[in-house]
Amino acid sequence: MKNAKLLTIAAGVAVMAAALPAQAQDSIVIQSNAYRTGGFSGSGIPVGNGIRDYMALVNAKGGVNGVKIKFEECETGYDTKKSVECYEQGKAKGNVIYLPWSTGATLAAIPRAHIDKIPIFSMAYGLTAASEGSIFPWVFNPPLTYWDGASVMLNYVAGKEGGLDKLKGKKIGLIYLDAPYGKEPIPFLQNMAKKHGFELALYPVPAAEMQNQGALWLNIRRDKPDYLYNQGWGAMNPTAVKEAIKNNFPIDRLIGVWWGSGDDDARAGAAEAKGTKGISWHQVGANFPLIQDIIKEVVDKGQSLTEKGKVGEALYNRSVYQGVVITEAIRNAQKLTGKKVINGEDMRRGMETLTISDARWKELGLEGFAAPMKITCADHSGHNKAFVIEWDGTKWTKASDWISPSTGELAPLVDAAAKDYAKTDGWPKRSEPCDAK
Amino acid sequence: MFYRETGQFHSTYAADMAIFPIRQDRIGLAVIIAIAAIGVPLLGSPFFISSVMIPFLVYALATIGLNILTGYTGLISLGTGAFMGVGAFACYKLTTLFPSVNIIVWILVSGFFSAAVGMLFGLPSLRVKGFYLAVTTLAAQFFLQWCFIRIPWLYNDNASGAIEVGRRTLFGIPITGAQATVQTRYLVLLGIVVFMTWIASNIVHGRIGRSWMAVRDMDIAAELMGIRLLPTKLAAFAVSSFYCGVSGACMMFLWYGGGEANDVFSINQSFNVLFMVILGGLGSLTGSFFGAAFISSLPTIFKFGLPAMGVHIEGATAEHLTNMVVGALIIVFLIAEPHGLARLWQISKEKLRLWPFPY
Repeated sequence: MKNAKLLTIAAGVAVMAAALPAQAQDSIVIQSNAYRTGGFSGSGIPVGNGIRDYMALVNAKGGVNGVKIKFEECETGYDTKKSVECYEQGKAKGNVIYLPWSTGATLAAIPRAHIDKIPIFSMAYGLTAASEGSIFPWVFNPPLTYWDGASVMLNYVAGKEGGLDKLKGKKIGLIYLDAPYGKEPIPFLQNMAKKHGFELALYPVPAAEMQNQGALWLNIRRDKPDYLYNQGWGAMNPTAVKEAIKNNFPIDRLIGVWWGSGDDDARAGAAEAKGTKGISWHQVGANFPLIQDIIKEVVDKGQSLTEKGKVGEALYNRSVYQGVVITEAIRNAQKLTGKKVINGEDMRRGMETLTISDARWKELGLEGFAAPMKITCADHSGHNKAFVIEWDGTKWTKASDWISPSTGELAPLVDAAAKDYAKTDGWPKRSEPCDAK
Repeated sequence: MFYRETGQFHSTYAADMAIFPIRQDRIGLAVIIAIAAIGVPLLGSPFFISSVMIPFLVYALATIGLNILTGYTGLISLGTGAFMGVGAFACYKLTTLFPSVNIIVWILVSGFFSAAVGMLFGLPSLRVKGFYLAVTTLAAQFFLQWCFIRIPWLYNDNASGAIEVGRRTLFGIPITGAQATVQTRYLVLLGIVVFMTWIASNIVHGRIGRSWMAVRDMDIAAELMGIRLLPTKLAAFAVSSFYCGVSGACMMFLWYGGGEANDVFSINQSFNVLFMVILGGLGSLTGSFFGAAFISSLPTIFKFGLPAMGVHIEGATAEHLTNMVVGALIIVFLIAEPHGLARLWQISKEKLRLWPFPY
């Protein structure tokens, strides 16, 4: 019997050892966290599909400089524990870049990145302070951070009210998922509230109560905030839109951060959601040659998990953007190192020297899709501009010019937050050299 | 055949009353510990250790904790997740306030904070039982979880509400933080778990454990025999929460290595540990290990083990499959074998002792 137990353990070890096949030498492994199950799947499915389809297209066209991408998903259910497990699995498979798709998972991985030599790409999420390349050489959060997003929102609101000084006495509400993701913009908004004299009202939504926001909206109804900024994800977003309509909150004053403004989120409010706002840093829609290629080469050939009609939606395109940044960084790393099959360290260098100009966006078949982006050794985000989108009842449309975040106000705060993080015991000084562009 | 005790005579009372009276059991235990301490770190891949063994050990500790309360004393608790959280936050506060003290000391000391909180919420157990007690511990779960989110002091005012685990060393080797290798973290955890299981085994086999079981079987009878109910029940709450607290501290410091904590110690965690107790076997330390091993590694086996064996399965499907299998098994066990895997193990052991000549 003891022998049987021994055997079981030995078999377990053997299975686990076999679970980690040797790294293939002719392809680049990218493993992305995904959540197609659980309360966050409403957002997780479109963001999972975008990059999956894009990578399929890249491979259909022969890969990046002839190297195929071995793209795999790892299901996390937006759970930090499972994300850590997926991180470990990715590491064993030779993953060259970690895509956490959760701020909680990003925070858990940040201390490990420099040891495992796997860069973290938290696209417009994660730790805002990580944009300081001098302290976080392994973490990248382009094209802008949550603090930038909040700043864009404030600038947009100020534009409507007639200037930042007109915000005095106004009340801005933040409805947020009570998790690291939702809490991320709070310190910045508190700072701005003090500086510009507006009142910040906080409305936390615990993950367990995502679909049960009734009590919270009674408070919102009582407080009557002038604007409501939604830092929500998953099932929380459509619920917020529905509650806003039910409680007669002026829907055009509900502004979602980029993750709080998916198509299905607004669709939940049907025609009454018309006019609700969101922030985006890229265009929505399928009228780009590259997106059309995805439809032709991937979706029409039945290799996608997406319905054809959902290609080009806001969250889908956001995920395609992520794919483009990754393949461009791989191209960049190949150029820097002269290697075809790159590893995590090369990928870090590729990310750090990444530039996507207007001309390059056009070459990629995405003319006008997004603003040119640039990552440098010191600035791992770029703090790029964004614009406001509006729901017209059936789709999101661009509703403002490009708005820049107030970098002057942000920079000292980001700097302080990064220095604060670096005080953790054992946080290393940057030893990675900077590549010349 | 392999499990015969012929020729093993006990000539003293101590030998007769030993926890492992049969030589094969003692050898088996030594072999298991040797494999766990030497074989796994040497042969296991980092993924196996970090995703299977470490979660298993952490949950085993929590399951022992809840088993002491639910299995041995018969008091139902739904606050396990929160008590684990108390341990994690206590350990975090202690190690950031006094960084020079060894982290292992703080991991163990954090159990006392959890024990104190557990006793506080255990007070109603003298008056209420069963469902009503489950509800009061549920209140503990919600109240404590609220504290984890709303009291920024607990996570040192971190903007993301996350615990940041720094580097702490033992004899100059990092055992927490990102620099600590997975093998060192595993070995430290294994040491803690083996030590605490040994303590638990001594407690439940001794006077305190017997009084717990007396209270569980019939509290009025126990009272008539001179067992004072309040101290006994509170002791069960204290010891149980102590184990849960240490498990929570281990979870944050030796497994996760930091991150958001409030979400981790949610009601789901409480249920998870309760399922481990039920599946493993109420009132059995061995069962605690079985239950923890089964439920904590089942998702990993479905998600990573099956594809490795050539069975193609999507991550999302594996997730659904895990939920279905665990749910179905809990129902099956509650109907067919309420004493869980531990009872199955016991039956097979009895059969093996007679095999191949059963009478």
